[in-house]
Amino acid sequence: MTAPQRTAPVSVILGALGSIRSAILPAAAIAFSGIGGDGRYALAIGVGMAAALIGTGFSWLGWRRLTYTIGESDVRVESGVISRTARAVPYERIQDVSLEATPLARLAGVVAVKFETGAGGGDDLALQYLTAAEGERLRQLVRERREDEAAGADPGTPADPQAPPRAEEAEVLYALTPKRLLTFGMFEFSLAVFAVLGGVLQYVDNVTGVNVWDVDLWRSWLSQSGETVASLGPMAQAIGAVAGVIGLIGVGFATGIARTVLRDWGFTLTRSPRGFRRQRGLLTRTDVVMPVHRVQGLVIGTGLLRYRFGWHGLSFVSLAQDAEDESHVVAPFAQMEELAPIVATAGFDLPDEGTRWQRSSKRHRNDRAVLGSALFVLATIAAAVFAPTGVFLIPLGLAVLMVGAQLYAWHFRRFALSDTQIFATTGLLSPTSRIATRLKLHSVEIAQGPLARLHGYATVHLGLAGGSFAIPGVPLADARALRASILATIAATDYARIDAPLEEPALTL
Amino acid sequence: MDATSPPLPAVPLDDEGALTKLHPNYAHALRVRTTLTAIPFLIGSLVLETALAGEGLLPKGLIAGTVLVIAAALIIRIPARRYSARGYQISADRLRVVRGLLFRSDTVVPFSRVQHIDVDQGPIERFFGIATLTLHTAGNHNSSVALPGLGEPLAREMRETIRAHIRRETL
Repeated sequence: MTAPQRTAPVSVILGALGSIRSAILPAAAIAFSGIGGDGRYALAIGVGMAAALIGTGFSWLGWRRLTYTIGESDVRVESGVISRTARAVPYERIQDVSLEATPLARLAGVVAVKFETGAGGGDDLALQYLTAAEGERLRQLVRERREDEAAGADPGTPADPQAPPRAEEAEVLYALTPKRLLTFGMFEFSLAVFAVLGGVLQYVDNVTGVNVWDVDLWRSWLSQSGETVASLGPMAQAIGAVAGVIGLIGVGFATGIARTVLRDWGFTLTRSPRGFRRQRGLLTRTDVVMPVHRVQGLVIGTGLLRYRFGWHGLSFVSLAQDAEDESHVVAPFAQMEELAPIVATAGFDLPDEGTRWQRSSKRHRNDRAVLGSALFVLATIAAAVFAPTGVFLIPLGLAVLMVGAQLYAWHFRRFALSDTQIFATTGLLSPTSRIATRLKLHSVEIAQGPLARLHGYATVHLGLAGGSFAIPGVPLADARALRASILATIAATDYARIDAPLEEPALTL
Repeated sequence: MDATSPPLPAVPLDDEGALTKLHPNYAHALRVRTTLTAIPFLIGSLVLETALAGEGLLPKGLIAGTVLVIAAALIIRIPARRYSARGYQISADRLRVVRGLLFRSDTVVPFSRVQHIDVDQGPIERFFGIATLTLHTAGNHNSSVALPGLGEPLAREMRETIRAHIRRETL
C-alpha cells in the first residue's frame, strides 16, 4: 500500500498522442509552405514522425520516473527525468480531490487526479493518468485519511482502506436536464466564434501566403459581389441584410448552445455525508468534491436578460480553484427557489423580507454616472466640432444611456448584515449577490479615492479566503459602523477554532 | 432571523481613535529611496540636454531644469506628506493601518486572523534603524498588510505581541 506506485501505463500512449497532435500543425505548415521544394511532403512526414518518436520517448521516460506514494499522513509524488522533484502534501491540507477525464482519457478508461491544496497558482498535485477505479479509490482514501487524522481513530470507519464504504447515500440537490440546458445555452449567446475565425484567418494568412489583411484584395472581392448585389434591386438587398442578421443571431445561439452543452452536459450536484459532489461535461468529464465546511462564501450571479426571466447561477467560494475560476459553479442556471435548498445545505441563509438592506451613497451614484459618461461626452464634443453634422448624436445617445444605466445600477448596490452573515449586491444592469459568513472574514479595509473623500463615501473590502468581497459606495459613517460590527464578530474567535471543530479540530487553512 | 438582527452599533469601538505616528526616520528613508529613483532620470535628462545642445531648438537647461524641479518636489515635499498620511493603531486584539495620500486606505486586521508575521529590513531601512512589519492573512484581499517605518525594536516587540495572540502557529 505504501510502496511507490506508477501511474497507469496507458498514460505513455496518451502523452505520445498529445505530442503528435502538437506536431501536426508544424508538419502541415511545412507541407504547404514550400520549404524543401519537391521533397516537402517527405520532410513534413519526417518532422511529424520525429516529433512523435521524441514525444513518445519523453512520455515514457516521464512515466518511468514518476512515482506516487500514499503514505500514513501525506501523498508524495516524485517526478522528473533529469532534475528530480519530490512533493509531499499532508491529507489535512488537501481541499478537495477532483477527477478529470478528457475524451481520449475516457476512451482509455483513465482519469487525471488533482489534489487541490489552495496553494494558489498551478502548484497543486496532479497525477496524470490513473485508472478510473484507482482514481475513485484514491479519492475515497484521501477523504478517510483526512477524517481519521482529524477525529483520531474513528470506530465507524473501516481500518482497511482497500475496502472503502461505497454506499454513500447521495442526495441529488441539482441536476441540469437537457431541456433546461438548451434554454441555458440560448442565454449564453456568444459571437466569440468570429474571434476564433479571425484567429484561423490569421493562421491561414501565415501558412498559405494569402494575405487576409490586404485591403485591396478584399476590396476587389467586395466590389465584385457588390456589383452583383446592386444589380438585384433594393428589395433583394433588404432581404439579404435581414438574412445576414438572422444568420449572425443563429451563429450566436449555436455557439452558446454548443459551448454550454460541452461544458455542462449531465451537470449533477449531489450532497453526500462527505460534502458536495459535482459532475459535468460532455466530452471532458470532471468530478469534483467539496467538503461543506470549506465553503467560504456564495456568489449568486445572473445576466442582463436571464435576470428578467428569474434565472440565476450559484457558485461556492473556497480556497480550491475551479478551472482558472476562483469559485466553483454549483448550479449554473436555476430559479431562486431551486437555489434556496443548496444554499441552506451549505449552511448559509438567503436574504429574506426581514433583511434590513442599506443603500449605497447617492453621491457615489452621481459620481459613477458622471465618470461613466465622461468619455462619451468628450467624444460628443469632438464629434460636434470635427465630424459631419448629426454624427455627434451617436456618442451623445451613448452618454445618456450610460447615465441611465448608472442611475439604474444604484438600485442593485446595497448590503445588509445579519447576526452571522453579510450580504451585498452589485451590478450594472443585473445584480450579483455575495454572501459570506462574518466569522470567516479575515480583514476589513475602508478605501477612499479623492472623489470618495470629497463626497464622503468609501469602498469596504472584506478579506475572504479564496475570493473577493467588496462593497462600493458605502457612506463613510455606515462603512465605519459596518467595520466595527464585523470586527467585533471576527476578533472574538480565533480562526483556528471556527472551522467545524467537530469534524476537524486541526486547522484547515 | 434577519428582522431581529440588532441595529449597527451607533458608536464604533476603538477603531477611530488617534493614530500613532511612524518613526520620523521613515520620511528620511522615503527621501533616500526617491533620490535613488530620481538619479537615472536626472542623468537621462542631462544626456538629452547635451545631445540637443547644438540644435538650438530649446532654451538651455529647460529639460534638465524641469526634471530637477519635479525631482526636488518629489524628494522634499512628498515624503513628508506621505509620512503624515500614514499611521497605525494597535489595540488589544487588532492592528489598524492607515495609508495613502490621494487614495486613502484604512485596514484593520484582527490578530486572530493572522497567519504569519514578517519583519523586513532593506539596506536603507537598516541604515535608518527602521523595519517593516507585515501581517499575512488568508483572505485574498489584503493577503498581506505591510506597516513600514516602525523603529526596529518596536517592530520586533509588536511581532511578539501579535504572536502571543496567535494561539496556534499555522503553516
